[in-house]
Parts: sequence; structure tokens; C-alpha cells
Amino acid sequence: MLEVTHLHFDYGGVRVLEDIGAGVDKGLVLSVVGPNGAGKTTLLKCIVRILQPTAGSVRIDDRETRRMSRRELARHLGYVPQNTPARFSATVFETVLSGRRPYIAWRPSRTDLERTAGVIEEMNLADLAMRDMDRLSGGQAQKVLLARALAQDAHYLLLDEPTSSLDLRHQLEMLEIIAALVKDKRMGAVMAMHDLNLAARFSDVILMLHQGRTFRWGTPLEVITPENIREVYGVEAAVRRENGYLHIQPLRCADPPASGKSPGPPQPNPGGSRS
Amino acid sequence: MSATAETLYRRYKARAGVKTLVLVLAVFLLAVGMVVGLCVGASGMGLGQVLASLLKDTGRDHGIVWLIRLPRIIMAALVGFGLGLAGSVFQAVLRNPLASPFTLGVGSAAGFGAVSVILFMGGGFQTYRVAAGAFLLTLLSAALILAVARMKSASSETMILTGIAQMFLFSSLTSLFQYMGTMEQVHEVVFWFFGSLSKAGWPEIGLTAIMILVPFPFLLSRAWDFNLLASGDDSALALGVNVKRLRMTSVVAASLVTAGGICFTGVIGFVGLVAPHITRMVIGNDHQFLLPVSGLVGALLVVVADTLGRSIWAPQVIPIGIVTSFVGVPFFFYLLMKRSKEYW
Repeated sequence: MLEVTHLHFDYGGVRVLEDIGAGVDKGLVLSVVGPNGAGKTTLLKCIVRILQPTAGSVRIDDRETRRMSRRELARHLGYVPQNTPARFSATVFETVLSGRRPYIAWRPSRTDLERTAGVIEEMNLADLAMRDMDRLSGGQAQKVLLARALAQDAHYLLLDEPTSSLDLRHQLEMLEIIAALVKDKRMGAVMAMHDLNLAARFSDVILMLHQGRTFRWGTPLEVITPENIREVYGVEAAVRRENGYLHIQPLRCADPPASGKSPGPPQPNPGGSRS
Repeated sequence: MSATAETLYRRYKARAGVKTLVLVLAVFLLAVGMVVGLCVGASGMGLGQVLASLLKDTGRDHGIVWLIRLPRIIMAALVGFGLGLAGSVFQAVLRNPLASPFTLGVGSAAGFGAVSVILFMGGGFQTYRVAAGAFLLTLLSAALILAVARMKSASSETMILTGIAQMFLFSSLTSLFQYMGTMEQVHEVVFWFFGSLSKAGWPEIGLTAIMILVPFPFLLSRAWDFNLLASGDDSALALGVNVKRLRMTSVVAASLVTAGGICFTGVIGFVGLVAPHITRMVIGNDHQFLLPVSGLVGALLVVVADTLGRSIWAPQVIPIGIVTSFVGVPFFFYLLMKRSKEYW
């Protein structure tokens, strides 16, 4: 169980996350949704300790991550960032191998190299293995970053908008791979998601954030409703159930409410994230 | 392991093997370059004579080889190694292909230290006092960058901007001192900025070797962390690297290496920028190989440049700082034109 309780995060005196509580078990997918600036990326970064939470705790199987070294934490949590080009490009193999860093003392052992080769094969990246990262398409690069997280042998995956720069087919492919990993390997996954249709379809639990606070928390059916979408996104939407899936159809921008409880302007988003 | 995975494993191993081969080749080339350098000089000795003088006391030749040529060439190799190594480290921790040992103002600070000593403490070119001045200011500049990084953030942008500001500060101070100094002093300062290997003796070599070779194992042990840093601070953090500490300790270590490289010889520019790039073009960006090979390529560049500088206008010696650019720039352009892709 990966568990977040009473998590707060301030950035430059501005409260970005307030009293967030959420959790995900192995074998389940949790999606964090919400408009730009709601704090999705920030929450993920707080969990992996790229950012230090101001207050609150993150526990993995009842152990405080605060008390773990970074290296130890990296054996539990695999982080898949949004695909950003590296400065000095490495090959696919080298990139996946870098996921073994939490286990490497001085130089990679035979086990590290074999594990890397295994993950690359598993992810169907063998043909690209010796290619440089900057020669890959967005979809391929995203898959390599996921492969790197798998090479970490972590129990939980944290994915920052894994489908953001992908075309239709690669979006589905990516999420199907994640779903299969979660089911077959009993991993837990936390994804920051923009696309409500995909989030509804591929998640067991949804955490809807609004201005840094938990707005709703529950199954897709409970959370993704026209009322919640209007309140949080300021958008009128139709939500239908068809073929066993939720379909969310945005219709138009909602009229701004006359008084106080408006969805407000996006908040500043720390850590250079673009959620 | 499945057949596919086995193939992948073998291909990676083969690539690593090629890189090891390049490393060995670089060592070999450096050795050849040093021997050639030993044979070139005003007194016109052949290879046989040089080797004989190296091994046994042959009178005059023995003195020339042991007291003039050998120290000079070893110093050239050491300095080049240090600058190449420091350059690849600065590029890695600042995530910037334009970084070099001089980007963070380390060179200007060292220059200012040397100028201050020459002006206010009598100088006398290449005495220990000048070296100490250069060395202390180098460490001071590193401390300044660290202080800013501690207070603000240790992001590469903060560090680069601090370094550039510092570079201008020390350059201005140097200009001011030159403006105030006498003709002889200014002459000496200018000469320091050309770089010179001509007064390297065994004690100086010992000190330089300590400053360059002691931080080297530490930097090499961080090779994996440098690899991770290339994919961004966030990824590195998530994979267990303490990015802030890595950046700070590496900047200190690389500054020490730079200081060791230039305090006795003056500014030898360009090597620190170009040696890592030449290496990247040949073997890629894996720092396990990049760090040592950059050092070797830097050493080779300086040794070759020095040999040319001594032979082109013999018996005149062109200062090493001038020749390195003449040798390095055309070669660098050649590689730049030849390369098939953006490699950074």
C-alpha cells in the first residue's frame, strides 16, 4: 500500500497542496485528475521526494518514506517523468540501465545488465536498444522511460501524464502496457492524467484535485460526473455509460458563477512542472 | 536469459569493449606523443640518444632530458589531463555543452590571483607565490558559487549565471590592476595569460599531480550519477541521486583539478572545452569512459601543441596557451563538420 496522509506543500509562501490524502494498493491504478495548476504533478513529485512536502507523510507498506534514503526509496518507487529531451543523449540501453542506479555500487554488475536486457525485450524495444534517445519518436521515448522505471524493480509506478504528447494509438498502447503491468506484476500505479476519458477507463480509483485540495476521491463512476466537471474544470460536459465505459463529452465552457466559489484562475505551478 | 536478451547483453558488452579499446588507444597515443615530444628540442637529439639519456647518466644529454624536456612534457600531459577531466565534469554537472573549466569564472579568478601577486608581492614569473595566488582565488571563486547555490538553488542555471557574473568581476579587477601596474608587471601578467610550460620542475609537477590525480577517483566514482544528471534533475533525484550534494562536491573537485592544472602554467584555454567534445563524438556520453578519455585527449592535445610550439619557430617557443587553440580549433571544426548528428 502506498499511502499519502495530510500532505501539504508550500512553494514560495503559496500553498500548492493542502491536506491531500490518497492511497493505492498493489494491483490497482490511481489517477490524479484536475485542471492545470491543480497540483497533480506537484503531488507526484512530493511522493517521489523530488519536492519536499511541507507537512504530512508518505508511507509505503507502513514505512515512512521520510526515513528512507533516496536510494532505498528508488527501489520502491519508479518515476516516469514527462518526456523531456536529455542534454547529452544516451542510447536506449544506457537509459534503461540507468534505472539500475539504486542497485549499482561502482559499476553495473552482470545482473544489472541482464535485467536491463530483459526489460528492453519485455517492452519490445530490442530493435531500438542501441539507438540514441534523441532519435526516438515521442511514443518510443515514453516507453523507454517506462522501461527505465521497470528496471528499478519498484513496486509502485508514478507516471506524470504518460499520454500527454502521444498520438491516439500510442496513448492506448501506453495505458494498456501500464494496465498489464499492474495486473500481471501486481504493481501499484499513480498517474497524473489530463484526459478524463482515458482516466475513467484505465483507473480503479480517481483523485480529483481542485486548487490544491482533494475535491473528490472514489471510483471513476463516483468522481467523474457532470456536476464535478462543471465545478472543477468550469466546463459543461455530458457523461454517458456505453459499452461498459464512461464517455465524457465536453460541451461548452460553463458560465462563470456569479459569486465566490468559482473555479478561479490557475494557481502557480512550482517545480517547473507543466501539468 | 532469452535469446533476444542475450543478444542485447552481448551487443552492449561489445560496445563497452570498443570504448575500452579507445581508452587503451588514447593511452598509447599519449605515450607516443610524449616520446616524440621528448625527441624534439633545441639540442637535436635522436630517439636513441634520448632513450639512452633517460636510462643512464650520459652527461649533458642526461641533464637536458631529465631537467628540461621530461618535466616539461609530463607537466603538459598532467595539465591537459586535468583540464579535459574538469571540462567533462563541468559540462555534466551544469548540463551545458558550452561549459568548461573557465565558464564558472575559475580561469578569471585564477588570473586575478596571479595578477594580484605579481603586482603587490613582487611576482617573479612562476614563483610559488603566483601559483598560490592563482590557487587561492580559484578556490574562493568556487566557494562563492557554492554559497550562492546554497542560498538559492543548486540548479545549473543559477551556477552558470553566478559563474559568468564572477568572470566579469575578476576580468575587470584584472584589467584595473593591469592599468595600475608598470610596463614590466603588465608584461608579466600578459605572459601568464598565454600559459607557459617552460619553468615546470619536478616539485611543481608533484604538487600539480596531487591536485589533479587525488580528486580523479572521486569524480570517476560519480560517473553513474553524471549519466543520470543528463536526463534531468528530476529523473536523477527519483533514481536516488542527491543532486544538490553531487553538484556542489563535483564543482569543488573539478575546481581543484582546474586550479592544479593552471596555477603553475597560466591559462591554457580551449582544451577544457574541446577535449570532452572530441571524446563525446568518438565514444558517446557514458561518463565511465568519458571522464578518463577526456583527460587523455586533453593531455594529448597539450603535449602535441607544446611539441609544435617548440618546433615551428625553433629555437623560439610559442606559448602553449596560444598553440593549443591553433591545434585544437581546426581539429574541432573537422569533427564538427564530419559528425552525423547533434550529439549533445
